[in-house]
Amino acid sequence: MSYRNDPYDPKQVALLDPAALAEAVADAEKAFAAAADPDALTALRPAHLGDRAPVSLARREIGALPPAAKSDAGKRVNEARRAIESAYAARAEILEREQAARVLVEERVDVTLPYDRRPRGARHPLSTLMEQISDLFVGMGYEVAEGPEVELEWTNFDALNIPADHPARGLMDTFHVAPAEGAAAAGDGSGLVLRTHTSPVQARAMLTRKPPIYVIVPGRVYRTDELDATHAPVFHQVEGLVVDKGITMAHLRGTLDHFARAMFGEGAKTRFRPHYFPFTEPSAEFDVWFPEHRDGARWVEWGGCGMVNPRVLRACGIEPEVYSGFAFGMGIDRTVMFRHGVSDMRDMAEGDVRFTRAFGVGA
Amino acid sequence: MRVSVSWLREYVDLPADLPTGDLEQALVDLGVEVESVVDLAGTVTGQLVVGEVLEIEELTGFKKPIRFCRVDVGAANGTGEPQEIVCGARNFAQGDKVVVILPGGVLPGGFAIGARKTYGRNSHGMICSAKELGLGDDHSGIIVLPADTPAKPGDDARPVVGLDDVLVEVEITPDRGYALSVRGLARELAHALGVPFRDPGLAPAPGGTAEPAYPVEVRDTVGCDRFAARMVRGADPTAATPGWMARRLTVAGIRNISLPVDITNYVMLELGQPMHAFDADRITGPLVVRRAEPGEKLTTLDGVTRTLATEDMVICDDSGPISLAAVMGGETSEVVDGTTDVLFEAAHWDPVLVGRTARRHKLFSEAAKRWERGVDPALPLVALERAVRLLTEHGGGTADPAILDLDHVRPMSPVTLPADLPSRRVGVAYPPERVVSLLEQVGCTVARGPDRLAEDPGEVGVATGGGDVLTVTPPTWRPDLTDPADLVEEVVRLDGYDRVPSVLPTAPPGRGLTWQQRRRRAVARSLAERGLVEVVAHPFTSPELADQLGLPADDPRRRAVRLANPLSEEEPLLRTTLLGPLLGILRRNLGRGHRDLALYEIGTVFHPRPGVGRPPAMGVDRRPTDAELAAADAVVPHQPRHVAVVLTGDLEPTGWWGPGRAAGWADAVQAGRDVLAAADVPAERVEARATEHAPWHPGRCAALLVDGTVVGYAGELHPAVVAALELPRRTSAMELDLDALPPAPLAPAPTVSTFPPALIDVALVLDESVPAAEVQRTLVEGAGELLEDVRLFDVYASPQLGAGRRSLAYKLTFRAPDRTLTVEEALAARDAAVALAAGRFGAALRGA
Repeated sequence: MSYRNDPYDPKQVALLDPAALAEAVADAEKAFAAAADPDALTALRPAHLGDRAPVSLARREIGALPPAAKSDAGKRVNEARRAIESAYAARAEILEREQAARVLVEERVDVTLPYDRRPRGARHPLSTLMEQISDLFVGMGYEVAEGPEVELEWTNFDALNIPADHPARGLMDTFHVAPAEGAAAAGDGSGLVLRTHTSPVQARAMLTRKPPIYVIVPGRVYRTDELDATHAPVFHQVEGLVVDKGITMAHLRGTLDHFARAMFGEGAKTRFRPHYFPFTEPSAEFDVWFPEHRDGARWVEWGGCGMVNPRVLRACGIEPEVYSGFAFGMGIDRTVMFRHGVSDMRDMAEGDVRFTRAFGVGA
Repeated sequence: MRVSVSWLREYVDLPADLPTGDLEQALVDLGVEVESVVDLAGTVTGQLVVGEVLEIEELTGFKKPIRFCRVDVGAANGTGEPQEIVCGARNFAQGDKVVVILPGGVLPGGFAIGARKTYGRNSHGMICSAKELGLGDDHSGIIVLPADTPAKPGDDARPVVGLDDVLVEVEITPDRGYALSVRGLARELAHALGVPFRDPGLAPAPGGTAEPAYPVEVRDTVGCDRFAARMVRGADPTAATPGWMARRLTVAGIRNISLPVDITNYVMLELGQPMHAFDADRITGPLVVRRAEPGEKLTTLDGVTRTLATEDMVICDDSGPISLAAVMGGETSEVVDGTTDVLFEAAHWDPVLVGRTARRHKLFSEAAKRWERGVDPALPLVALERAVRLLTEHGGGTADPAILDLDHVRPMSPVTLPADLPSRRVGVAYPPERVVSLLEQVGCTVARGPDRLAEDPGEVGVATGGGDVLTVTPPTWRPDLTDPADLVEEVVRLDGYDRVPSVLPTAPPGRGLTWQQRRRRAVARSLAERGLVEVVAHPFTSPELADQLGLPADDPRRRAVRLANPLSEEEPLLRTTLLGPLLGILRRNLGRGHRDLALYEIGTVFHPRPGVGRPPAMGVDRRPTDAELAAADAVVPHQPRHVAVVLTGDLEPTGWWGPGRAAGWADAVQAGRDVLAAADVPAERVEARATEHAPWHPGRCAALLVDGTVVGYAGELHPAVVAALELPRRTSAMELDLDALPPAPLAPAPTVSTFPPALIDVALVLDESVPAAEVQRTLVEGAGELLEDVRLFDVYASPQLGAGRRSLAYKLTFRAPDRTLTVEEALAARDAAVALAAGRFGAALRGA
């Protein structure tokens, strides 16, 4: 302990000696440099900057100096202390930077670890394609029309100009609904079928709407074909119907060309071949030029189309003298197959999750 | 139908060097579907030569008799020595001319011929059957060339057997029966290629004579409006069918039978007129053409004895029916080995009746196929002339001069066609002269004007617009041309479909998808995004399924729509629940090694309308009335769209992050809530309620309700169902009726308070029979307006709580819209909530 009025004692003030201060600074710098991390550095602080540190003790001894010497000594002590403080800060900054860098290294993980905790789901490609086609036509102002799958024979056949004894009825291998029990005695069947095409929805659209009619009809249809690589008893079609004043076959072609380009790229186009359908006259089958076919660009059979037979218009309450219309239809399953290179129809029906997952949720 | 181009060339002047591709395109452009075009010259490579059988040595000791033959092939084998060939066929004799392929040759299908040792002998080549050469399906023996074949041993056999020809196989649409003939196809090719056509259907033929060829009475002139017949007497019963005729029949897939029968088939293929040949000695008394009488029987040529229906047209003699008219002849009157007097019949039958007879007896003969599609009624006499000439030329005998022709055919009805209708329907400007010329090309007679519309208002689809009007009488071979639209098609077909321009019509502004359609998509997508895989199952189910699902006896899902002709007798019903087929697909995936599965389907189920009969008969000459349509639709089964989910195995897999999570009842219930959320049904209108409902586990089944109405069920499947369907334990499922959901309301925006919340936890101890949903509803009710959110974060049971009791711990979030809540306010609200729960369920605050 020293007191302000203590007589000057050179021994007591040895700490104020410039050499001693310089040594204190050097010791501190050396110690700080040796500190390996911020914690070690913090641990050194009391020894070099704390109350018992040489510079702190030296400051206390200033009081023992004669007044004339005090100012000089004070300056020396302050400088020494500042030097130590700055060495400490410099070292601290280095160590903290090093430590931050080390933490980043230590926290490194393997970002390639799989994290599929939530398995991926998927839409069926038939559903996504039907939605995509619907969207295209909705964008052109069409409505998406729907109808029952168990359908009246009248709407599935008669209204479409396929009378009971027409050979075309025989060509569509039809599932007939059994008459209700007790009614079997009537012997005439139930009058109901599983619809063999989406065309009965055309009839329903015309029966329930007034022209102009612009509808697109995606849906599920049935034929008595055993399931194999190229046939299925249950499959899907999409059908378009337009009834308006002044509709021509050129409008049909323009619509199909637009459809083809939307589905198969700008290079796509259509080709018509004369064909026969009872519900259209003139009728055509049409092919699409598919530039991206997996076996090279080529014509692919796509569907059937034609001008709505005036007999159909009449049966559905539309004046054929005033209105004309066109209709077209194609198989959705078939379209998925040649678009994606599916070679076996069974893959679409069997529901194996490996098949469906490949198509994702659909954009 | 398959015909050779050489036959077509007899009637149409095809360019000599017509490439097969052009031939195919010409047919396709006119609407004839081409199955195949085969240039036979390229189908057999190497040396195919005529051989003469010199020696036959019978080899024995093998499973079947084998012949070792020495065959003269001239100098074709390079040595001039007889060729040694082993042959398994037996239908030839020494001295016969046969067709031999020498080693190095290749038969259709890439079947390469070499010299090889077989049955202990060296065989140098092969004696060919028609099937081996790709000439037909006849593999009953090798080809034996007619004795008078001019070709010598060693000559190229290709021209001899017709392998220098081109075969065209075509598919004919149901409207164009005339094209099922050489005559029709030649006509089409003449249109397509613009080359001359000689119509064999217009060949001269003598008319009916006063004396009939045979006494015939037609009692039903609707079913048979023309019946013609001629007789050839004294034909050589052993006369063989000439090789060219036999080959053309073989190519068409028609068996060679005997000269008279082969001639009827040949004329049918050539002209399109089905015919019949009777042995005049085997019929007794006059022929009568009439409808069959009840119970009458007939054994047709295929050896089947058929019970006739009263709608079947038959030809009878004194013994009763001897022919199922237009479809198939009978055994008792057919031409046989010793026939010398042949009565050829060529008639014209009603297409509808023939079609019905063919379907009734499942007899889709070549003749029936043509009748159903329409046969030219002008042909019978021409066909008879052709047949009589062929028989007398190749089988001798004399043609009886008497010709029978009972003709009640009505003339073709003219069709009125505004000359501009094709342009207006197609969008191509066809000048009236062009329309007339194209229609004349197909054989129509066209008269311009006068306007017949006023006197004939019944035509369909006609509006003249004041222009020229054409009166078009179709040719007799085009019964399909009945409407103006049919004529429009002829115009555009002949002018070329490729000339139709591409013009996009403008639809009126649309309204997008309906809310139901948008909702269905949202549901489908949300389930897929939650990790489920969509399936599209077939809706056929078995009657046993209802038992396997444990449905009660009175469950409406037991009443299913039944198919009259199911693909599989085991699955004749249409699903009344999506779960049957969906679980089938689940099982198939399990069978393929998948363990963790989450599947969904959106599809229709089918509920028959009880007590309905047939829909009313409705015509097509006018729109049915709304009442008729409503009555018809009342018969159509109810077909709501359902969504269903099935879950088994782990919903989340085990991984390096830790153990997985098995799917269970709660996931199924949540899937239902997710669907309702995706459908925009507000959560506060949705309720899950414990219930017992097959096929679910009675203690683990929730009914899903919207506005208090059940819309579906979810939970774990009943263990008995799991066992019956061989599913993994704990398989869970959800099914709800999307069509039963109310439309989504416009969502009112909430007030978002910016003041801080007060968070308070409460743990309530109460009887475990109290559903958590009710506790939560009670807390919300009791806490009042200040409660922003309530969340159950723990469910806990222990002996300390007492038997049958559990603790439910909730995190309550209170917030006011206009101020920071004081602790006292929040506690007061909590106390109110707890008090209501205490009052209602005897709930006690845990630790209180």
